[in-house]
Amino acid sequence: MSRKGLMCGNEAMAEAAITAGCRCYFGYPITPQNEVTAYMSRRMPEVGGQFVQSESEVAAINMVFGAAAIGARAFTSSSSPGISLMQEGISYLAGNELPSVIVNIMRGGPGLGNIGPSQADYFQATRGGGHGDYRTIVLAPASVQELADQMFLAFDLADKYRNPVMVIADGVLGQIVEPVEFSPKETANLPKKDWALTGCSGRAPNKIRSLVLGDNELLEHNRKLQAKYRAMEESEIRYESLETDGADIILVAYGSPSRTCRSLLKKYRQEGYRIGLFRPITLWPFPYKALAEAAHGSRMVLVVEMSAGQLVEDVRLALLNDSIIRLLGKPGGEVIQSHEVQSEIEKIIEEFKIKGR
Amino acid sequence: MTKVFTRPYSLKDVETHYCGGCGHGIVHRLIADAVDELGIRERVVGIAPVGCAVLAYDYFNFDVCEAAHGRAPAVATGMKRARPDLIIFAYQGDGDLAAIGMAEIIHAANRGENISVFFVNNAVYGMTGGQMAPTTMIGQKTETTPRGRLMEQEGSPIRVSELLAQFDGVKFVERCTITKPKNVNRTKAAITHALRMQIEGKGFGFVEILSPCPTYWGLQPRVAMKMIEERMIEVFPLGQLKDIEEKK
Ligand SMILES: Cc1ncc(C[n+]2csc(CCOP(=O)(O)OP(=O)(O)O)c2C)c(N)n1
Ligand code: SF4
Repeated sequence: MSRKGLMCGNEAMAEAAITAGCRCYFGYPITPQNEVTAYMSRRMPEVGGQFVQSESEVAAINMVFGAAAIGARAFTSSSSPGISLMQEGISYLAGNELPSVIVNIMRGGPGLGNIGPSQADYFQATRGGGHGDYRTIVLAPASVQELADQMFLAFDLADKYRNPVMVIADGVLGQIVEPVEFSPKETANLPKKDWALTGCSGRAPNKIRSLVLGDNELLEHNRKLQAKYRAMEESEIRYESLETDGADIILVAYGSPSRTCRSLLKKYRQEGYRIGLFRPITLWPFPYKALAEAAHGSRMVLVVEMSAGQLVEDVRLALLNDSIIRLLGKPGGEVIQSHEVQSEIEKIIEEFKIKGR
Repeated sequence: MTKVFTRPYSLKDVETHYCGGCGHGIVHRLIADAVDELGIRERVVGIAPVGCAVLAYDYFNFDVCEAAHGRAPAVATGMKRARPDLIIFAYQGDGDLAAIGMAEIIHAANRGENISVFFVNNAVYGMTGGQMAPTTMIGQKTETTPRGRLMEQEGSPIRVSELLAQFDGVKFVERCTITKPKNVNRTKAAITHALRMQIEGKGFGFVEILSPCPTYWGLQPRVAMKMIEERMIEVFPLGQLKDIEEKK
């Protein structure tokens, strides 16, 4: 049965987690995602689930660790400063290979920053964040519906790979109210959780640990993890490439800035300009190859991000040609206005004498 | 001939890495005994700390996981909330529980999570080489208090049992030691009681065990046991601080 309604991103994310079978939510209040804790405190008891307002984000992520270790679907959400506190736990989740979902509704930093929408935790999410050689799959929605859909996907990917999965969105997506539909999907062929700590009834004891002290054992463990990350790179890259074929200008953006770009696309297309949009949906694994193909032959690639230049580094890695990359990066928890993007596009049009109709 | 010693089934037949005279091995054994006697081996899940007992998952013959340093009570909370039918215990040292993990233990206790926590207080950080712990006694020399712990600089030893006993959510607190057979039996009874209360859904149980670290106390094992009797018990009095079952 599917359900429809109007919801803000934060509530939609919470409800989607429940629809995905998650019955354990642990979280600590922080703006701009307080709707999640409030929603879960009401909703979890209704569905026979567990809500704990933890004493800190450190505790929340470790509660997720505990629930994941016994084989339950668990998730936590927070915003930037809280996600920083969770990094130790995320490293442990990765090292112990525990499926789990972490949502970051990003706000301006560094430090306490502000509560404005931001994308400044891109490095933290895509480069690890905690200690050790590990990766988390990072999903980046651009609408309330996509946020909900990605929650289903996140739980499935977490179970499939026995790995933490992050969903990161700027504060705009947490707050914006849009129509959303929850249609539970049958999840195909997820591996059995025979490693979980469920009491050793009828089997040898299981142990979950990331301390690996034997000769070369940690090297082997890391190789196994790396092989898993390579498999993710092989199978889990997701992106949207909009009118990039033969485009002179390509905008690259994720999350809510990609919506601003999308609406400009229409305007410029109507004026006859060949302009496209490339939107990474998995920030890790990043669609390097797809972006290189999409940008092939274009005059300029304009990266639009609500951070000072983080996404642009992956674009540089994809294109290996700095001369065709421009950055419109706005840090400080500030929304990028349409006219700001437009003025960058105008500059490029002028400079390269790009013709419309 | 009657057998006077049998290894509890819940303890693996392996050699531990603990130093001679260390208290961890004894406490492991008492927990394993209690688990056997309560018949819960197949539904118990233990959480090992970061500290000398980090390898406890190699010694217990049931499901065990590790937790990040100090976080075992939060991990236990997640487990118990997700599967209330499992019997969950956290095993923690004094650095793990009373320093880095103080927030987690206080709040798990105050929420009255239906879990059991076994707290091994050896007044020192064993694993990292004998530094001061929150429970190090005034005047006690450690790696990081070379002139002895000074109240004016390092504060006084934290009495965790007294701290936790005040919370309404906490249902059972006892401080024990393992210096002689009588005390060992008392410790085992307390561990068993805490687990039984959890089985019966009665809530948070806490057992503190004063335990020797001969290596970083710089004492022979036997002298270390004497040290507990002569000095430690004075700072950390033995006994039951709380038991909701008593009142009936
Ligand atoms: C975040 C973090 N900080 C520091 C350490 C290093 N460390 C490992 S064990 C330990 C203290 C252990 O002492 P205690 O809990 O008293 O246990 P014992 O070894 O005495 O049994 C420390 C500081 C760590 N592993 N993780
Ligand atoms: S260092 Fe101390 S606590 Fe650690 S194993 Fe040795 S005696 Fe036991």
